[in-house]
Amino acid sequence: MNRLGQWSGQLLLYAAFAATLAVFSHWPNYQHLAPDRAVIKVSFTHQGQRLGDCTVQTPAELAKLPPNMRAPTRCPRERAPVSVELDLDGVLVLRQTALPSGLSRDGAAAVYQRIEVAAGQHRIAVRLKDDAHSVGFNYHREAVVTLRPAEILVIDFDPAHHQITLQ
Amino acid sequence: MTLVSAASGLRRAWRNFEHGWHRITVAPSEPLEHLGAIAGLLLLLLLATGSYLFVVFDTSVSGAWQSIDQLARTGTFPGGWLRSLHRYAADGLLLVTLLHLLREFMLGRYTHFRRATWWTGVPLLLLVYLSAIGGFWLNWDQLGQYSALASAELIDALPLLGATLTRNFVAVHAVSDRLFSLLIFIHLGVPLLLLFGLWFHLQRIHLPQVLPPRALTVGVIATLGLLAAAAPIASQAPADLARVPTALHYDWILLHLHPLAEAFSPATVWLLIATVLLVLLLLPLRHGVVAPVAVVDADFCNGCRRCVDDCPYSAITLVAHPNAKAGRQLAVVAASRCAGCGICAGACPSAMPFRRVATLATGIDLPQRRIGALRQRLRQALVPGSHKIVVFGCDHGAAVAALTAADVVSFSLLCSAQLPPSFIDYALRIGALGVVISSCTEGACEFRLGARWTSQRLGATREPRLRTHGPAPHYQLVFADGGDEPALVAAIAGLRQRATMRALP
Repeated sequence: MNRLGQWSGQLLLYAAFAATLAVFSHWPNYQHLAPDRAVIKVSFTHQGQRLGDCTVQTPAELAKLPPNMRAPTRCPRERAPVSVELDLDGVLVLRQTALPSGLSRDGAAAVYQRIEVAAGQHRIAVRLKDDAHSVGFNYHREAVVTLRPAEILVIDFDPAHHQITLQ
Repeated sequence: MTLVSAASGLRRAWRNFEHGWHRITVAPSEPLEHLGAIAGLLLLLLLATGSYLFVVFDTSVSGAWQSIDQLARTGTFPGGWLRSLHRYAADGLLLVTLLHLLREFMLGRYTHFRRATWWTGVPLLLLVYLSAIGGFWLNWDQLGQYSALASAELIDALPLLGATLTRNFVAVHAVSDRLFSLLIFIHLGVPLLLLFGLWFHLQRIHLPQVLPPRALTVGVIATLGLLAAAAPIASQAPADLARVPTALHYDWILLHLHPLAEAFSPATVWLLIATVLLVLLLLPLRHGVVAPVAVVDADFCNGCRRCVDDCPYSAITLVAHPNAKAGRQLAVVAASRCAGCGICAGACPSAMPFRRVATLATGIDLPQRRIGALRQRLRQALVPGSHKIVVFGCDHGAAVAALTAADVVSFSLLCSAQLPPSFIDYALRIGALGVVISSCTEGACEFRLGARWTSQRLGATREPRLRTHGPAPHYQLVFADGGDEPALVAAIAGLRQRATMRALP
């Protein structure tokens, strides 16, 4: 092929490169949520109650410890798993138990779930349990919410006020 | 079909593809042969345009979107144009890097002496992805919001991490200015890590080409510059964590992993990434035929350094000569780095066929194709009065062994640069009518620098230089890859014709 043909080929190549970048950096549009849908996110990190009870150490036990470690009570580190359930319009849509983090299972348990729902009014009921010794759930929250299309409702736990929050 | 024969078939198919490709592109600006260098250029463009964006970028939740968005609103040049150039260079970098990986794979360039270069190159792909995806988060528009959350969900899917990262993007109050400082640290830190990784990647490459030839550099920059002007990148609506971003103008080149995780699961994407990485990292362990490596003969090596300077893979170093006076050095070949290409033998000053010795021994040589044996075969072929044309070729280029003319005698070498230039003069002295040296084109050279060194040695700009005697050159250098045999035949015919004209009274 002569030089002119080769230059034309090279220009076409540059044009193809530009076209590839121009097209696939913009198009096609990505619709990852249908227009009439909304999202409920259940997201919290929460430390469960201690699995064992704290015990008061006797003077003899304290004397065996180095001075800097003589705490009057000794508490086991391991925490209870945190369980959560979510009912949507009377139907259970989420049941999850999260284990405490950390090698000693003494950290916070984390939950993150994204649930797509139809936009509109919904009755939701959330239950959370963070104590292995109790029967049933420790925390409850029920509400009727109206979700607009593409709206996000976040179900969280407020450890300061010990309550389930809806944001 | 064995793995070795499959790899050989792929290699042949790709060579044929590139051979056709060369017909429509301009030498020496063929993009396929400079993919690594184009990636280097795009990285440089990203650093330059990114520096500008860093100056104008506001690292706060409230100011990030506005600071980038107003670049496009206050006129396209230079802010909006540089921002668009930055994005297109990132898109191009990933595409070109993937093509570079594909080409090296198809050509089987990942085993033996290339193993370390391959292994240090594969992780760079991850860094390219990471730095590119991180750039979208900084815009903090709806696309950035979606990418940040999708990335957090992907990372949180890894065991032991829990769901802690995702909480940074779960509600409006969760995103803080400090988080933005961290994001910009990632977007600056990862490219720096990429540059550091590139240094490792190029360690075993002598004279690496980090930028393409000038014409190709101009072509790539002009293409991206025009594209940035014609189709400027604009921010989408600002991020709103109370709403799901919908109908995004999506960058499928850089963000294709997010929809994949949506369609299947984050675990599937991790499995895919791990599988691809594992396959790529295990590929070099495939055993093929290992070429014997260069061998140094201490009695003939004077430590001149030519082989060190010419070795394409930095496989030769110099040490103190054990049997000579102080100050003299000896070449040492690192077997794991040696390609067995013979370029070192072609550079050795002792590879001089005029030496009056029965067996021509050289300072450095290849056991499978010795220089002494070449002289022997040349002498046998050029009996007095035969008036033959001698063709020296390369095993990886045009097939010189297939030349069938009665007056042609051909010698295929490991690489055209294995030929010491003095052999051309020697062949003419002992009766050759003419000499044709067939070399691969520079970009197609199996051993990177063979074609360049051959050209420079014959052009007398690099040692060992060709010194010919007589009024007109009776030799011709031809650049012919596999499939270019007709060009070689034409060159031989031309040389034959010129020789005949010279013989006329």
